[in-house]
Amino acid sequence: MILRLALASLAARALTVAMTTLAIALSVALFLGVEKVRTGAKASFADTISGTDLIVGARSGSVQLLLYSVFRIGNATNNVTWESYLDIAARPEVEWIVPISLGDSHRQFRVMGTTEAFFERYRYRQGRSLEMAEGEGLGDLFDAVVGAEVAATLGYSVDDPIVVSHGLASFTDHDDHPFRIAGVLERTGTPVDRTVIVSLEAIEAIHVDWRGGAQIPGRSTPAETLRGMDLTPGAVTAALVGVESPLQTFALQRAINEYPEEPLLAVLPGVALQELWAIVGVAETALLGVSAMVVVTALIGMMATLFSSLNERRREMAIFRAMGARPLTILALLVLEAMLTAALGAGLGLGLLYAGLLVAQPLVDAAFGLWLPIEPPALRELWVLLAVVAAGAIVSLLPAIRAYKLSLADGMMVRT
Amino acid sequence: MQSPGPILALDGVRFRWPGRAPFSLSVPGFTLARGETVLLLGESGSGKSTLLSLICGTVTPAAGTIHVAGTDIAALSGGRRDRLRAERIGVIFQQFNLLPFGSVRDNILLPLRFAPERRARAGDAPAAAAALCTAIGLPDDVLGARAGTLSVGQQQRVAVARALIGTPPLVIADEPTSALDAGSQAAFLDLMFGQVAAAGSALLMVSHDPRLADRFDRTVRIEDIARMDRQAA
Repeated sequence: MILRLALASLAARALTVAMTTLAIALSVALFLGVEKVRTGAKASFADTISGTDLIVGARSGSVQLLLYSVFRIGNATNNVTWESYLDIAARPEVEWIVPISLGDSHRQFRVMGTTEAFFERYRYRQGRSLEMAEGEGLGDLFDAVVGAEVAATLGYSVDDPIVVSHGLASFTDHDDHPFRIAGVLERTGTPVDRTVIVSLEAIEAIHVDWRGGAQIPGRSTPAETLRGMDLTPGAVTAALVGVESPLQTFALQRAINEYPEEPLLAVLPGVALQELWAIVGVAETALLGVSAMVVVTALIGMMATLFSSLNERRREMAIFRAMGARPLTILALLVLEAMLTAALGAGLGLGLLYAGLLVAQPLVDAAFGLWLPIEPPALRELWVLLAVVAAGAIVSLLPAIRAYKLSLADGMMVRT
Repeated sequence: MQSPGPILALDGVRFRWPGRAPFSLSVPGFTLARGETVLLLGESGSGKSTLLSLICGTVTPAAGTIHVAGTDIAALSGGRRDRLRAERIGVIFQQFNLLPFGSVRDNILLPLRFAPERRARAGDAPAAAAALCTAIGLPDDVLGARAGTLSVGQQQRVAVARALIGTPPLVIADEPTSALDAGSQAAFLDLMFGQVAAAGSALLMVSHDPRLADRFDRTVRIEDIARMDRQAA
């Protein structure tokens, strides 16, 4: 009955309660949303590469190597010579190795030269492999496979011609050797979506007539001649390596890092991701902090509303007292009311979150390649909701204690 | 309930208002027999509200004893005073007796929530509430209505039902007719007396209106039983 009366009392002040509830709901939705984006980003971050034991590149920083080899952000300062690449590939610990050659672009997307092995070995999101949405893999020298976002943004489909530009953001095109789109990949939510993949030999072929970053004037070797040439590259940008046994990973890493012929760097993708996340994580923590403060603000708003309602509710408390309610009951009643409001707000916030997710999911995926899964609330989210209700109870203690004192002083008589 | 003594006995009570140290209220002796109806006459400011608070145990005296149904309420802890009030005393205010957002039924049953023995006495509490409603002339369908939607007169009648549910041995009414017009006053008093008599409860009603005196077994002026003192600081 007390619960029913508390609910009726809330209903009687529906407008203020609704406003308070809405404020709490919005803040909770914001907090959970930030949390969702944060975990989603972290997961998609960590899911970008899996199944690769080592990334090898020229010596720089581990984060930098990860950024340019996997995320296609920034550039390599140096390459790995083909000889070194072959040396590493020949080591007994190496089960497979996939070379990557970067440096050219198509519109805003990067072009990556690699081998068929890339399609076999590249894994993302706990071991999922690349699938063709349309067409097939690299067959001819001038075949290209484009990521889902490249195809979607530029409206490409199989058999469309595609011209690779020299370098990044450049005005010189390799327009003497147009490529044909052989296949379009399924969306992966990784940087592969934003990549144009060609063969390692094709990268070599389009640069046959180039020296020092510019085309030799008047020279353009015909495609047929190129097909007959030896197109072994002189260098690659990086390589993804899988080892025979996980136990050998560190030995191989040390061997590559101490490779005497050339300064090389081998990093474990997971470790490099951790380092990168530690850098990005500061902003993420700040964001979480800000949204937590918004929740606190909403709860303090509720406290203010409770305080201001106390005076007009002295009569109500006097009735409770006259009926034999202890001052503690009055205190409990206010705390209960605050908890109900907070619970209502938290529940509504959860609803808002899912409604928002339903609307935003395709938009966020399209804009940022970030897939926010719509799942039943995780334990962590339930804890957040519980914490909001508990925090509601705690902030309501101040007005409740004031009500306790008022009802002690007033007793059953309210002098108005 | 079985103890034969008076339902209410104040003896040597002295009360000081907190923060108003020089003033005190003293009640050398006042008793109310079981089933007796007493009118307590007094102007506002005569200390009658304080006297009622003392009897109900929401304030405690500096000295003296206040026995309600044989228990010295002044000697009890706060929680047990509240419990004793819930069990033994039905209270009717001047007005605004009810929680306006609650149903009439919940308002009537509210004191039972804090008084298990009284709840047991009431038996089937919702049925008892319905019976009281019929007895005070309210239609059955009013039980589910929000108390705030009732007229003032109806609310005062519901307050009588609430004071009498579970038949507490003592009913205290603080100018319950002051918000009613003359015609309704008489009808309300008839109804209240009828219910108090049916329950066998004692009634202590405070008023400033001496014309009501002939309805009561006894009329007491507050200045005859209580003294306001201004003490030397």
